[in-house]
Amino acid sequence: MAKITSNILVDVSGGKDVYNALAKAVSAAGLGKSVQVAAVDGFGVKAEGAVVKVLPSGGYYTGVAPEDADRIVQAAASGEGGSPVPAYTTNVRVALKNVGYIDPASIDDYIATRGYEALGGCLTNNTPQDVIAAVKASGLRGRGGAGFPTGLKWEFAGKSAGDKKYVICNADEGDPGAFMDRSVLEGDPHAVLEAMAICGYAIGADEGVIYCRAEYPLAVARLENAINQAEALGLLGDNILGTGFSFKISINLGAGAFVCGEETALINSIEGQRGEPRLKPPFPAAAGLWMKPSNVNNVETYACVRHIFLNGPEWFAGIGTEKSKGTKVFALAGKINNVGLIEVPMGTTLREIIYDIGGGIRGGKQFKAIQTGGPSGGCIPASLLDLPIDYESLASVGSMMGSGGLIVMDEDDCMVNIARYYLDFTVEESCGKCTPCRIGNMRLLEMLEEITSGKGKPEYINELRELGEVIKDASLCGLGQTAPNPVLSTMHYFMDEYEAHIRDHKCPAGACSALLKYVIDPEKCTGCTLCARNCPVDCIAGERRKTHVIDQERCIKCGTCMAKCRFGAISRV
Amino acid sequence: MPVADTDMAAKLAELDAYIDSLPTKEGKLITVLHKAQDIIGYLPFDAQHHIARRLGVPSSKVYGVVTFYSFFNIKPKGKYKIACCMGTACFVRGAQAIVDEFKKRLSVETGEATKDMLFSLDTIRCVGACGLAPVISVNGKIYGRVAPDDVNKIIEEYMAKDGGSVG
Ligand SMILES: Cc1cc2nc3c(=O)[nH]c(=O)nc-3n(C[C@H](O)[C@H](O)[C@H](O)COP(=O)(O)O)c2cc1C
Ligand code: FES
Repeated sequence: MAKITSNILVDVSGGKDVYNALAKAVSAAGLGKSVQVAAVDGFGVKAEGAVVKVLPSGGYYTGVAPEDADRIVQAAASGEGGSPVPAYTTNVRVALKNVGYIDPASIDDYIATRGYEALGGCLTNNTPQDVIAAVKASGLRGRGGAGFPTGLKWEFAGKSAGDKKYVICNADEGDPGAFMDRSVLEGDPHAVLEAMAICGYAIGADEGVIYCRAEYPLAVARLENAINQAEALGLLGDNILGTGFSFKISINLGAGAFVCGEETALINSIEGQRGEPRLKPPFPAAAGLWMKPSNVNNVETYACVRHIFLNGPEWFAGIGTEKSKGTKVFALAGKINNVGLIEVPMGTTLREIIYDIGGGIRGGKQFKAIQTGGPSGGCIPASLLDLPIDYESLASVGSMMGSGGLIVMDEDDCMVNIARYYLDFTVEESCGKCTPCRIGNMRLLEMLEEITSGKGKPEYINELRELGEVIKDASLCGLGQTAPNPVLSTMHYFMDEYEAHIRDHKCPAGACSALLKYVIDPEKCTGCTLCARNCPVDCIAGERRKTHVIDQERCIKCGTCMAKCRFGAISRV
Repeated sequence: MPVADTDMAAKLAELDAYIDSLPTKEGKLITVLHKAQDIIGYLPFDAQHHIARRLGVPSSKVYGVVTFYSFFNIKPKGKYKIACCMGTACFVRGAQAIVDEFKKRLSVETGEATKDMLFSLDTIRCVGACGLAPVISVNGKIYGRVAPDDVNKIIEEYMAKDGGSVG
């Protein structure tokens, strides 16, 4: 039987034309026995046009058209073809290792990638203390935001006395604008299950709970399927692999509350309560779910675990920076050419991410800021683009690693409005249990709303800063403690924009509609009536062939007139 | 409304069967509310009282949980549930203009349904399709890279299915 010698992987997320052309070219060339064409759902970031990867050379073709099929097939058949593309080759895959490469519904696919080998190895060759020591030696830190050392956390839970303990997976992924955990759950569910079982063995737990947001139905379905498959093969459930260790996993659905990503609120929610955070200590490691010792880790944290055992803790510790080891998955979005998931070694600079991987700013616009850490993080300006990403460096510039959302903003984004947007989010999501967060953030939001509508007072600058610091110090949980970050960081780096709003009643980015005015230039207006006919609120008056005028009182600043005008007579000032 | 009453009774019976099938009732309030909303479509007070009785918890606790979580609705939703993503990625790519366009075309505020109960409009935070921003979903079907001009087309697509007209 002839052997497959080359593979052509086609990103079919944008359509199957190229895939079909390649499949046809392969059979036309009679290469069906040696060259295999496979459809995959992207290689991480998505650029315009189809992308094709050839193996074994590992090269890429970008912007592929169906006409290119013959050329690609010939090159692939000779074992060559393609060229490295930084957007893909800068990626180092650990947590995303299998995502997009295996069939997530098949446990056989997973096992073929050495799946459950790490669990088997831990159960048969290692004591729980060995397992914890290996995780500690790897330097793995929590990927859910705060970056707490994972091995240490497992050690605390392991040392807590108790006959019943729990392993909890935080799959709530609340940061709006991020979807790292979703891809892992949907693309490689077994990796999370395997790590939870390893953790269970290490800390002495026989039960695991995955708390997954209800907005991710496919992830839930894939997890359920994976749990059933693993149980059927004796890789989860009673007496795993005949070792006497038992571990079962269940899934709990969230119900749309950001604060439930906070570990103690999450535990309350699993118990069927309102998701209000608990006072710490006691930490979950001492008294968590049903007041039993519990270990809470994020999806991506768990997804790294098996690789630590397959490749050795030294290997993992060899990637990254001194204090932040391994890789981090980021969801790159916003005003950038290539959007999607990337996984890069810790210590990669923001500039490499935005320009090499992200392909720069959309439409050739000017970069303004990159937001990390979601509603708990901050906006980082262009002057800091050479910052290597790790937990400490991001914290030192007033932001945080967060769960991995990276939102790129350009010259059209108003930083005051962005701060207002995040505060609007935290005010809506504050659980209301503690006063600084419930009322303090509301006051921050009110001031920001006044500023973005041109009613801000000069003293607001100091008030925002003072109140922000108080909220950070006095709030009960991480939500309140970090909520002022978007305001404080934008005030730090973009004070000129705050001042322009307050002093000049102008929004330099042209984003705050209350501060804008649409005006018709009498020189250019031909009186064609097109704008008046398209105005949704009928606020443009004027006779045919005479200059038209916009009634500023009634104008809702939708911009339709400016978009419709064929003579460039309408401008926004 | 006797028809609605028998309808509701049948739905609550289905819910009861589910509650009875649970190995334990402890800590299952949110799980049961998910199921109830699946069956009924929303969580009217009658259903909340019913669940409270069946799980042996105070109605105030059920109400407290229902109102805490944005996923649970006390009011009925339209047949077609339009959800506009207002996550950060969508926000910086112009999601507000999409929401405004839907409000205008459907003459509703967010959180409301049209009078004929055909459409309801909500905002949500990130559906995990940020690469396609701005994103909206209609009964779970995702539409990416939506422009304000697409809004009418999307509405008409669903009205055509129903043979109705905007109102
Ligand atoms: C308001 C708030 C929201 C959070 N949301 C999440 C989340 O969505 N996902 C997550 O993994 N961790 C989230 N966290 C962090 C968790 O509290 C906890 O630190 C984390 O799950 C621990 O796992 P790790 O050590 O593996 O990161 C959140 C924290 C706060 C304060
Ligand atoms: S922000 Fe809209 S899909 Fe993520």
